Amino acid sequence: MRLELIKRPQKSALYSAISPLLALVLTLLAGFLIFSLLGKPPVAALHAYFIEPLSEAWQLHELAIKAAPLIMIAVGLSVCYRSNNWNIGAEGQFIIGGITGSLVPILFPQFQTLFTLPVMLLLGFIGGAAMGAIPALLKTRFNTNEILTSLMLVYVAQLFLDWLARGRFRDPGGNNFPGSIRFPESARLGEIFPSHGSAHWGIVLAILSAIIVWFMMRFLMKGFEVKVLGGSPRAGRFGGFSSTKMVFFAFLLSGGLAGLAGIAEVAGAIGQLRETISPGYGFAAIIVAFLGRLNPLGAIAAGFVLALTYLGGEAAQMSLGVSEKVARVFQGLLLFFVLGCDTLIHYRIKFIFGEAGKPATAKG
Amino acid sequence: MRKTLLALAAGIALAATSGGAAFAQDKFKACFVYIGPVTDGGWTQAHDEARQYVEEQLGDEIETAYLENVPEGPDSERAITRMARSGCNIVFTTSFGYMDPTIAVAEKHPDVMFEHATGYKTADNVTNYNARFYEGRYIIGQIAGNISETGTAGYIASFPIPEVVMGINAFLQGARSVDPDFKLKVVWVNSWHDAGKEADAAKALVDQGVDILTQHTDSAAPMQVAEERGIHAFGQAFDQSEAGPTAQKTAILDTWGPYYVKRIKMAMDGTWKGGESTWDGLKDGILTMAPYRNMPDDVKAMAEETEAKIKSGELHPFTGPINKQDGTEWLAEGETAEDGTLLGMDFYVEGVDDTLPN
Repeated sequence: MRLELIKRPQKSALYSAISPLLALVLTLLAGFLIFSLLGKPPVAALHAYFIEPLSEAWQLHELAIKAAPLIMIAVGLSVCYRSNNWNIGAEGQFIIGGITGSLVPILFPQFQTLFTLPVMLLLGFIGGAAMGAIPALLKTRFNTNEILTSLMLVYVAQLFLDWLARGRFRDPGGNNFPGSIRFPESARLGEIFPSHGSAHWGIVLAILSAIIVWFMMRFLMKGFEVKVLGGSPRAGRFGGFSSTKMVFFAFLLSGGLAGLAGIAEVAGAIGQLRETISPGYGFAAIIVAFLGRLNPLGAIAAGFVLALTYLGGEAAQMSLGVSEKVARVFQGLLLFFVLGCDTLIHYRIKFIFGEAGKPATAKG
Repeated sequence: MRKTLLALAAGIALAATSGGAAFAQDKFKACFVYIGPVTDGGWTQAHDEARQYVEEQLGDEIETAYLENVPEGPDSERAITRMARSGCNIVFTTSFGYMDPTIAVAEKHPDVMFEHATGYKTADNVTNYNARFYEGRYIIGQIAGNISETGTAGYIASFPIPEVVMGINAFLQGARSVDPDFKLKVVWVNSWHDAGKEADAAKALVDQGVDILTQHTDSAAPMQVAEERGIHAFGQAFDQSEAGPTAQKTAILDTWGPYYVKRIKMAMDGTWKGGESTWDGLKDGILTMAPYRNMPDDVKAMAEETEAKIKSGELHPFTGPINKQDGTEWLAEGETAEDGTLLGMDFYVEGVDDTLPN
């Protein structure tokens, strides 16, 4: 016996709309079961997981800090994936953006003006875009698989950052410990409401970028081009669109936004260039992009949802002593149900018995 | 389905009984932030056993909480903030990379006490604490120098920060105290806890002909490799004789428990002061040596004697003459290293077969 996914002839508008809710209910039920079996009070655990992080101002700030890089990267990735280009290396572009943006405060610590921060953000974008250009060049020039090249460049970026933070960019007054100088105020992304919590302007940048990109996808020719070339490269070529240019556009935009997210994280939440600046935002953002159904505005919601699962896991650990592993399992369950519900709205499962000789023609 | 329903029913019952009971906020609350999982069989587990020791010792007077697997950077700042805001009176942050976040959170929460392990910054409500692990490393180095047949040890290192470099140098000093030609190979895995990488590094080192493995990382994977390959190894932070019943000669045990009890008591009775640094050693019991086993009696006797001498202050592991790796003199005959130099150590001593990543 084997299973096949068969595309449904028409999708139900109703189920499309309630799919996230359905997923949430299933997650809650599964969570209830898991926590019960672990001997933890399930209601309190679910409360800690979903309500507590939303119940206090400072926690909302933390949610925004966590969501900002996820959203910004996912917005770029959603365009990239729509165009049928597969940039898996946002993590590396994020890191390079963090590095190029940090060049200003580290190499020119005296340059402290109103322009410092804008220059840093611009350099971050350019750095990330340049990093994204490498797999694009390799793909268009040598027909290499961009999934592999972009992914492998992540490790290059991580080691490069590690080398810089321990060597060339190390704070001379830091007892030989890794990490650059702390950035001066003029090189920091400020906090939005310092009296309530520590969220910085990165979240505003993230939401702005989502809106701008959404506008582009919805109303501009470029957005149309992305969708046409992504849906059918052949049709796109007949329409006079260049798929080579599209590869570059997709990678420069997604790389640039990842780079911007990188420098926003460094100049905002961290405040110095460290040997690691990302706990895997570039990879988590891939999930966020799909969770947001490859829609830039959807990425905002999805970014907050994923951020909530991180914070909720922590809250549950603190108040109930739930293991961090359980928190991770729970996060996985949530994503499983969301993506599972979405898939089953578009496809149905067909059980195929016998006829083992025939090769499977899996779709989707 | 029936079982599911049963479990759900049980869950509801549990929720009803235990929902409201546990939130008495009067107790003194001590909280811990961990870099790894509490079951890492090393650094983090040692801290968590110390936390449980605190609970045993102080019983009903206090409660504890912890967060595990907290990455360094903004995540740790949030974790520490969460602790400060959720009623913790004293917070122990147990990884070097938590230093700046600890200082930042402490500034915003002047009424909470913070203790940061293995760093160098303090504040009005932040102290730091560390143990002189190099003392233990000298002892295991000496054992290695005695029992190694190839005269070469492999060292699985995490990050090239002074603490780790100091440990490498101390180990080699110990080994060279009995075998002046002893060699040391170092592999950097760039992680505190990555069992896979640690095991790979261990195998690579064994293939290069080392017959001693030691580590400055947190998992028991290298010990398992040593056991499989039939060579010698030393437990790190935690007794790893379960993973290496014959391989483990001894282990440097982190015994933070008594220190935590002492500091928490001070915090409770108001004698706790910020701005202090604690750097205790073997004599204070903040690190102890696991039983010396699987070695000849004379080696065991020598190790015990060295341990006693370090405790009494008769022996300092870094006593000259010691040259730096490039052959220039670091310590003259009879000179001992100053704490400041050790805490900022960024050079190898002679005999390390590795270039310090820079």
